[in-house]
Amino acid sequence: MVLLESGFSSPRNDVFPAGLRVLVVDDDPTWLKILEKMLKKCSYEVTTCGLARDALNLLRERKDGYDIVISDVNMPDMDGFKLLEHVGLEMDLPVIMMSVDGETSRVMKGVQHGACDYLLKPIRMKELRNIWQHVFRKKIHEVRDIESLEGIESIQMTRSGCDLFDDGHFLGGDDTTSGRKRKDADNKHEDRDLSDPSSTKKARVIWTVDLHQKFVKAVNQIGFDKVGPKKILDLMNIPRLTRENVASHLQKYRLYLSRLQKESDIKNSFIGMKHSDPPNNSTASFGLHKPSNTMPDDVLNGTYSFPVNNSLVQTVDVKGQGDRHGIASVPVAEPKGALSKDIPDSHKTKSSQMSFDHYSLGSAASGVSFASFGSTTQARYSWTEIPEIQSKVEYEPVQPENGFNQLPLPEPSMIEKEVNRSRTEVKPLFDEYRSNLVGHSSPADLVDLFPGQSKNQTLKNQVFDPISATKSSIKTKDISQNCLADSEFAKRNLNAAGREVTLASLPEDLQIFWLQGDGYPMNIALQNFDFPEYNDPALIDETPFYSYDAPRLDHEHLFDPTEYYAIDQGLFV
Amino acid sequence: MERNPLRRQLQIMRKSLFDQGYLDEQFVQLEELQDDSNPNFVEEVVTLYYRDSARLILNIEQALERKPYNFHKLDAYMHQFKGSSSSIGAKKVKAESTLFREYCKSGNGEGCMRCFQQLKKEYATLRKKLEAYFQVARQAGPMETACRPK
Repeated sequence: MVLLESGFSSPRNDVFPAGLRVLVVDDDPTWLKILEKMLKKCSYEVTTCGLARDALNLLRERKDGYDIVISDVNMPDMDGFKLLEHVGLEMDLPVIMMSVDGETSRVMKGVQHGACDYLLKPIRMKELRNIWQHVFRKKIHEVRDIESLEGIESIQMTRSGCDLFDDGHFLGGDDTTSGRKRKDADNKHEDRDLSDPSSTKKARVIWTVDLHQKFVKAVNQIGFDKVGPKKILDLMNIPRLTRENVASHLQKYRLYLSRLQKESDIKNSFIGMKHSDPPNNSTASFGLHKPSNTMPDDVLNGTYSFPVNNSLVQTVDVKGQGDRHGIASVPVAEPKGALSKDIPDSHKTKSSQMSFDHYSLGSAASGVSFASFGSTTQARYSWTEIPEIQSKVEYEPVQPENGFNQLPLPEPSMIEKEVNRSRTEVKPLFDEYRSNLVGHSSPADLVDLFPGQSKNQTLKNQVFDPISATKSSIKTKDISQNCLADSEFAKRNLNAAGREVTLASLPEDLQIFWLQGDGYPMNIALQNFDFPEYNDPALIDETPFYSYDAPRLDHEHLFDPTEYYAIDQGLFV
Repeated sequence: MERNPLRRQLQIMRKSLFDQGYLDEQFVQLEELQDDSNPNFVEEVVTLYYRDSARLILNIEQALERKPYNFHKLDAYMHQFKGSSSSIGAKKVKAESTLFREYCKSGNGEGCMRCFQQLKKEYATLRKKLEAYFQVARQAGPMETACRPK
């Protein structure tokens, strides 16, 4: 198929709409050639693509490389509507659909999926001449929502088009501001660079953990089904944050959730979870159960005092926040009914969320937080090994899409083997407490959904402390169990760090150990132990991490007792 | 009327292609795209079409060899083929494609087969005519402007 690149240059700063950067996607090489010629005749900058996959890669590689996408509906590798969804969510670009089929139902579907226009083949050049209006309209709509910009709108209109297309910003030229808003800002600190309210630049906000936390909180408060950028913005009440910022972040959030959901191998059905179409008519149908939405929120807001280094935990916490969002929503996002996630799934999402996190927060924060894990902290995570591994393995393909560096992963086959084994056995346990979790708010949900999350880990660490104290008498340690814990630990480290920590940063013996961990009956270890005491609420009450203002976690539903055991083993071998 | 005999011949050929319904407006669109930077644009596109669509024809042919017919697949193939044919304005070929899809939708295997034979005929006829046309066009040199069919 034809793949021609006209370069990822910024559009020419000529008279608008000249220089409009168009990406054309069509599996028919004849049409691709014709459309390219037509668009060039309109003085547009054209890039052609024969495969939807390639198109997505191009778009992702260069977020601001294109102004509009034109895509055929029928393509071999991906449904045009699916591509439409992705583009709308990830890149927030106007998409025009094309087809030789003009049936009303198809056109309707296009519109429903968010296409801003639907062209029938054969396409006339005059139809292509005016596609710039969709780009302009979108920008205008975004601008309109920013109250302080009403006066500026008229200025914009009279300005030459170059401003509109200068690097995707509205009022171009303010290089310092745009530079400031690049994602490489140090996100460790909680400063946030919000776009200058007087500029209509596209959202260049750096979504710090804190900001994202507020975002999710607002989303949860409104209810994901009813959420809209305006409402979120109002709730968040952050000065200088624009509706535009929120809208684009919301779309990213949704897409992320949807993508995670699709990619995770969800088998359990999340009881009670429902999904509905997002208010902005975007393609994916996300539905988040309110409690689960609140869940991450509370966790985010919670302050956990951990026995381990608090700063470490806090960072992890923060990291987890970003991650959690994805996880929390993922189970619900999948409309096909596979709404619930067992641990493996959530772990999967965790990894993917790390990517997301990366994406939204910049690598600095994530890298720092995980690299700073001490051995004790890591040890506590060992029980989450299984799901982590699974998520890691299965999430791998997504990584490149996000442009993150792939960490050298350990032999995936080993992971899969163990994951598969553990999966079936872990699942039933989780099913049970998942159903119990529905209706819970915050911590319960949090724990439920993110057993592998660092957040969960921190929670569990809290629980573990008293537990291990009280259970130190448990000596029925198998050697295999110990080994299991260690191998889990090693693997967990890999996963906990998500993509940010290279294998090199892990203790070498752990890595080696992990490799040797193949063939471990992890699930067996997990299942064979019953620790009713773990369900003792009193234990939980004692844990310091309940100091956050979230409903008390119903310990019963927090963890699989067998996992406690595994962790315990890991901690106190 | 063109004074140059070759150009005159070209004009006549062209007009007949339109009058006899082999080509439609889309072909004119292609001609309008032809310019100094792409002096043989139309011929290139048509060549590309015939090259790519041969593959689609083969797919359909193979699908028609498997009984019972997979109408869904046949329809999908033909949809692709129709889209492609619309790119050069192959009017008769396109009409046969539409008919074929109708037969697919109604599950009429006989109709599909007959229609496909007709389609292949039209497809081949158009190719011959266009090949002849381009041969003259190359000899005649660049046309002045595209003339719209009546």
